[in-house]
Amino acid sequence: MSQDTWDLLLQSFLPLVEGAIRGTIPLALASFALGIVIALGVALMRLSKVRVVSGIARIYVSIIRGTPLLVQLFVIFYGLPSIGLLLDPWPSAIIAFSLNVGGYAAEVIRAAILSVPKGQWEAGHTIGMSRLQTLRRVILPQAARVSVPPLSNTFISLVKDTSLASLILVSELFRQAEEIAAFSQKFMVVYIEAALIYWLICLVLSAGQSVLEKKLDRYVAH
Amino acid sequence: MSRTDDPLQPPTPAGRAITEPGDATVLEVRALQKSFGPTQVLRSIDLTVRRGQVVALIGPSGSGKTTVLRSLNGLEVPEAGIVHFAGSDAIDFASSPSRRELLGLRDHSAMVFQQFNLFPHRTVLQNVIEGPVQVQKRPVAEATADALALLERVGLADKRHAYPFELSGGQQQRVGIVRALALKPELLLFDEPTSSLDPELVGDVLEVIRELASEGWTMVLVTHELQFASHVADNVVFMDGGVVVESGPPSEVLVNPKNDRTKQFLHRLLDR
Repeated sequence: MSQDTWDLLLQSFLPLVEGAIRGTIPLALASFALGIVIALGVALMRLSKVRVVSGIARIYVSIIRGTPLLVQLFVIFYGLPSIGLLLDPWPSAIIAFSLNVGGYAAEVIRAAILSVPKGQWEAGHTIGMSRLQTLRRVILPQAARVSVPPLSNTFISLVKDTSLASLILVSELFRQAEEIAAFSQKFMVVYIEAALIYWLICLVLSAGQSVLEKKLDRYVAH
Repeated sequence: MSRTDDPLQPPTPAGRAITEPGDATVLEVRALQKSFGPTQVLRSIDLTVRRGQVVALIGPSGSGKTTVLRSLNGLEVPEAGIVHFAGSDAIDFASSPSRRELLGLRDHSAMVFQQFNLFPHRTVLQNVIEGPVQVQKRPVAEATADALALLERVGLADKRHAYPFELSGGQQQRVGIVRALALKPELLLFDEPTSSLDPELVGDVLEVIRELASEGWTMVLVTHELQFASHVADNVVFMDGGVVVESGPPSEVLVNPKNDRTKQFLHRLLDR
């Protein structure tokens, strides 16, 4: 590798990492946190015996899963202003990503809740707990254990998907890379470097997933 | 310590004089009916349980005995019939009772399940104090002291910090019993408490139930252990096809059954 390439790699490293720390990571964290809240609500709606309620949740999940994330992002950022709703890049991105996570994670959480044996509900009921109490203290803690691996996948996908926010002017890792690449005309070097940083973030997340799984594993029979 | 405050002793209904076991009706069930889809599981069930009495429900599988038990705890909702716990209003299932009325059933009874159904993410002690603390809003220290006394007497005090998966089936079921006892219910319900246990573990659990019976706890138990039923029960109820075919003291129903179906059932079990 030439000296120039090395210099570019070194010079662009800090701006890229800054893009990750100021853009990619907070965007992913905020969207995921909000998305899980949405997902829990949607999952519970899906499990409702009231047809209208579960129907609404079903349609929501269907739309989110049946349309491209990029389109969802553009509808919110470029589309909403035409009906008078003008949102900044950051709020637009967080709304789009959390709605998206909400749709996907809802199915994960619903399946996890259903995977807890019926006897656990009955055990909660027999000691006098209401349905809400049983859900909160008996069912969800066990469902959480089951949903860690699939939700980790959702989170890792989300981290990479935040690169789409570059298209609505959020200054995150990939947008930084685009700017450096355009300026230096060294597309290969800069984009590979960006890819490596994404990879590194995901490696850390995967390691975190293993730790979390082990921790939650302690009360499960082997 | 007065009798009511002792966690090891069965509770006496508040505000009423302690009466001799056997004279006061705790539970009255009339004409209970329940269907699952097209199958009518309970056709018309009558049952009376008096304080301190042990009632054993026996009968072939599919006879509806577990459904009766679960209906008493509000885990199944019958379509018709009356369940009346002394001290509360009778619940008439034909007039679609409110959610609150159904939940009220659980103030009177607690269930011990065939599959134990302990909370796997909580320790033995946490399993036991969950109901007293979260539902009955008793102070943690008090609930813990009671729980430890109860665990002590079933020989599991040293396992209080263990998780359910670390226990044998017999130990898990004893925790299941303690979890029910900790709620101080007027009526204990046992749903085939030894059916998922390895044969060598059955004895310990039956022993605990036997002791509870001799201490005066009121209980209804669904069981296939006829030998045990004949020793511990005051009243045996033989069910078949969703009706009570015959009931009475074990010396009558199990030793000298009058009904042909009872005879056949006992015959089949004893011939094995």
